[in-house]
Amino acid sequence: MRYVLILLILIAALAGGALYLTRPIPVAESRLSSLSGDAAAGELVFYASGCSSCHLAPESEDPMLLAGGQRFATEFGTFVAPNISSHPEQGLGSWTQAQFASAVLEGVSPEGAHYYPAFPYSSYTRMSDQDVVDLWAFMQTLPASDAASQPHELALPFQFRQPLGIWKALYVTDGWRLRRVETPEVERGRYLVEALGHCGECHTERNLLGALDQDTWLAGAPNPSGQGRIPAIHPDRLNWSDTDIAYYLETGFTPDFDSAGGSMAAVVRNYAKLPPEDRAAVAAYLKALP
Amino acid sequence: MIKFRMIGGAIAATAIATMAMAGGHGGDPNVKARQSHMQLYAYNLGILGNMAKGEMEYDAAIAQGAADNMVALSGLFQNTYWAPGTDSQSVENSRAKPALWENIPDAIAISTALNEASVALAAVAGTGQAAIGPALGAVGKNCGTCHEKYQESR
Repeated sequence: MRYVLILLILIAALAGGALYLTRPIPVAESRLSSLSGDAAAGELVFYASGCSSCHLAPESEDPMLLAGGQRFATEFGTFVAPNISSHPEQGLGSWTQAQFASAVLEGVSPEGAHYYPAFPYSSYTRMSDQDVVDLWAFMQTLPASDAASQPHELALPFQFRQPLGIWKALYVTDGWRLRRVETPEVERGRYLVEALGHCGECHTERNLLGALDQDTWLAGAPNPSGQGRIPAIHPDRLNWSDTDIAYYLETGFTPDFDSAGGSMAAVVRNYAKLPPEDRAAVAAYLKALP
Repeated sequence: MIKFRMIGGAIAATAIATMAMAGGHGGDPNVKARQSHMQLYAYNLGILGNMAKGEMEYDAAIAQGAADNMVALSGLFQNTYWAPGTDSQSVENSRAKPALWENIPDAIAISTALNEASVALAAVAGTGQAAIGPALGAVGKNCGTCHEKYQESR
């Protein structure tokens, strides 16, 4: 009996220690204080990062009103995208720049809690500080919605956010998946695909804990919303030319002139607004994958 | 007992309806007509798109012809082959979401916008390679809008 008690205390201490070590740590106020945001540059970061794809209200008429409310059903429960408009109470209008950076780069809320990785900070963590600051400058110019964010509807153990710190320690890294890049174009493409565009979040399989599978990078995955599969975009499984990929991102037309639907339609709307060099860079990156 | 008979009747009615819609070989004729229509879009868009991409040599007459085809196709009378009961939940091979039939005015508005964009494309397609890209982009937006809202993923 005594041994059991000691064992339990040890386990509790270990768990407490793990939770302490993986507690939410925000970005320091000083880290970004020397940078000044450029809203015009931030607009392109906004499109490349696809913020509106998830944070628009369902069937929103205004493509810039980030009122939230879209629902994402997963095996852990249903996540509901929050209001990230510029509203001071319901949105993030009264956040500081460092609080915004903590959310995007570290997945830490202004209240000091871990965000669920349905918010793709495990990709955004690779975002440059300047892009974060520019994005913040742009998002403050967007309209305000007074719609209250709705709570997530999660199964019991997943309602606790503290263990997400352990998940982050296991799976969130700011390292690159494509380690070596030969040209500046591939490097830019890597940044767009692996950081801003968070392409892997849908195009890569997930393990039982919902983390991206390291071995099947961009090799396609079940559609999280249930129907069909998200296609592979790894060159082993996609024989489109560079031009085909860039043209698809601009127009939504596949090489067979089918037209993108589903969640990809919003991605195309965003990537059509980027400079042509960026679409070419995405293509160059995909082609460079081993 | 009455309940069972009602269920049996419902199953029989569904089976008859399904057979009637299947109408012989190769599935629902409405679905086949829609998919043929889409293929003709893709074929003509392919001519224009490959010229815009620089993968096919620009030819004013061919570009004009393909654009005129887009105007004609997007103006076709389609009411019968978007028949109720031929959505992805009801018949095989259909990828049209049931939501389409709940939003017919919106679907018609997208179709009308596609026709207008095709008219604008046809107005410039014969004037040179550079004009095709932007006009084709405006056409393609409507394809994407409709697919995003009303087409099931593969």
